[in-house]
Amino acid sequence: MQWDVVIGLEIHVQLATNTKIFSGSSTAYGAEPNTQANAVDLAMPGTLPVPNEQAFRYAVMFGLAIDAEIGRRSVFERKNYFYPDLPKGYQTTQLEQPIVGPGHVEIDLPDGSTKTIRIHHAHLEEDAGKSLHEAFFDEHGHGMSGIDLNRAGTPLIEVVTEPDMRNAEEAVAFAKKLHSLVTSLGICDGDMSQGSMRFDVNISLKPKGQDELGTRTETKNLNSFRFMEQAIAHEVERQMDILEDGGEIVQETRLYNGDRDESRSMRTKEEANDYRYFPCPDLLPVEIDDSFIEDCRSRLPELPDARKARFKEQFGLNDYDASLLSGDAKLASFFEEVAARGKDAKLAANWILGEFSARLNAEDKSIADSPITGAQLGDLIVRIADDSVSSAGAKKVFEALWAGENDNVDAIIDAKGLKQVSDTGALEKLVDEVLAGMPDQIQQYQEADDKKRKKLMGGFMGPLMKASKGQGNPKLFTEILKKKLEG
Amino acid sequence: MTISREDIEKVALLARIRVDDKQVSELEKDLGNILNLVDQLQNANTENTEPMAHPLDAVQRLRADEVTETDQREAFQAIAPATEAGLYLVPKVID
Repeated sequence: MQWDVVIGLEIHVQLATNTKIFSGSSTAYGAEPNTQANAVDLAMPGTLPVPNEQAFRYAVMFGLAIDAEIGRRSVFERKNYFYPDLPKGYQTTQLEQPIVGPGHVEIDLPDGSTKTIRIHHAHLEEDAGKSLHEAFFDEHGHGMSGIDLNRAGTPLIEVVTEPDMRNAEEAVAFAKKLHSLVTSLGICDGDMSQGSMRFDVNISLKPKGQDELGTRTETKNLNSFRFMEQAIAHEVERQMDILEDGGEIVQETRLYNGDRDESRSMRTKEEANDYRYFPCPDLLPVEIDDSFIEDCRSRLPELPDARKARFKEQFGLNDYDASLLSGDAKLASFFEEVAARGKDAKLAANWILGEFSARLNAEDKSIADSPITGAQLGDLIVRIADDSVSSAGAKKVFEALWAGENDNVDAIIDAKGLKQVSDTGALEKLVDEVLAGMPDQIQQYQEADDKKRKKLMGGFMGPLMKASKGQGNPKLFTEILKKKLEG
Repeated sequence: MTISREDIEKVALLARIRVDDKQVSELEKDLGNILNLVDQLQNANTENTEPMAHPLDAVQRLRADEVTETDQREAFQAIAPATEAGLYLVPKVID
C-alpha cells in the first residue's frame, strides 16, 4: 500500500537574553552547577516572578518575522507536573493567549521549488533544569540523580507548526530555515550542541489520498538536523511496518537514540499527564501596545529571504550560492565585507563557500574565530581578479594568511615569489625558447584532432610553468601557445 | 454532579497526595459538594463576559534584562537534604 506521511514540528528555541524569564539570574551557558539558580528559580516560598522585557521583545520580533499576529494581551498559565528538575511543580507557560498567533515560513526545496509551512502559534515559557543520571548514591547505596537548576527559568519560545510537512527532507528544510531565521534575528545563539534549539517531531501515516489523519506519535528532544532526519526515517518505517502487518499505531511519546538509531516508548496516551492548566495567579496579564511592537519592528534586521534576493540582484549570484550565503547571518555579513573590498562578488562567493568554509569546517571554527579577516580575503580576491596571482598561488597566499605568517596579501605574494607574470612580450619569449626544444611534440600536436590537441596542450604547459618558475600566467601561456602552434 | 473514587485516586496521584480508603469516601462527598456549586455557576450567562485571568484589574510590569542575582549556592545547599559536586541529589528518576 502507498502511504502519505504527515509531519508537524514543535521547536523549543532558547532566547539569547542575559537573564531568566522570571528572575535576574544569569543564563550564561557552562557555569558551575546551581551557581545561577536563585530563590525564584528554586521556587522558594514567598518569591514572586517578574517577567523579562527582552524575552517579550524577542518573541514579538519572531512574530513579526513570520508575519504573525502579535498577542496584544498574553496570559501565563501553570502546567502542572512533578519532576525533580522543575522545582515549582509546574512550568509557567502560555496556552490560551500566546504572544505569537498564526504565521508562516517559506522553505526552499532541493528541486528549486518553495513551500509554505504554516505556524500554528508560538508561546513564551520557561525551560526546566537538567537531571544527571550519573553514579550518585545515598548512604544506603540507593542510586540518586543530580539536579542542576542553572537552566531552570531560561526563556524559551515554543514554535508549533501545522502538520504541513510530507517527508524528512521538508522537515529538515524547515528546521534549518527556522534556525537561520532566529539566528539572523539575533534572538537565539542557534548552538544546537548546547541545546539552544530542540525539536519534537509529530509523525503519522495515512493511506495515500485519504483525508483523515492517522494516529500520530511524538519523538522528543532531537538536537541536530542529522538526528532529526534519521529519527523521521526510523519512525516512518516503524509505523509502516506495523500498519502493513495490519496493526494499529499507539498514540505515544517516543525517545530516539541517534547513536544507535533506535527509539523506545516514553509514555503512552493512557499514561499521559493531565497537566491541569490554570492561569498563574502570580503573574498579571501582559499587555503589548503599538509602540512596543513598532520598537520591535525597528529592530528587525534584513531577513534571510530578503538578503538572498538582494544577493542575487546586487551581486549576480546564483540561487544556490545566494541561499547558502544568506542562510547564516554571520557568513552573509562576512561575504558582504569581502565582496565590497574584493570587488568581484562571484569570486568572493566561490572562495568563501569553497576554501574558506572548508577550512572553518575542518578546524571546527566559527567565522568569529577565523584567522583571516574579511579585508584580507577581499585583498586576495582583488589580486586574483587582476591576474597578479594564479589560483594555485592564491591558495598558497590563503594558507600563509591562515597560518598568520604575514597579514598583508601583497607582502606574501612578494615574499613567496608568487607574483604572476602577465607581460605578453616576456611570456612570448619563454614560449619560443621552450618550443624550440620540442619539435616532435609540435609535429604530434599539429597532426592531432581538436580533442587530442587539448590533451597534448598540457605537455607544453608543464615545461612553460617550470621555465617561468611557476609565475607565468597560464591563461596567457595557452593563448600564445595556440597562436604559435596553430598558426 | 458526582465524582468517582477513580477520579479522586487519579487526582491524588497527580498531586502526589496519599489518601486512604476512608479519606476517599470523605473526599467523594466534599468534592461532590464543591462540584455541585460549580454546576450552579455553570448556569450563569457568560455570553459577553471575558474569562478572568486575574482578580486585579492591572497589567504586568516587565523587568529590564539585567543580571541582579549573585551566586547564593552555598546558602541554598546548606538547607538541602543531599548535595554533591554542586548538584542537588534526589532519589533516582528515569522517565
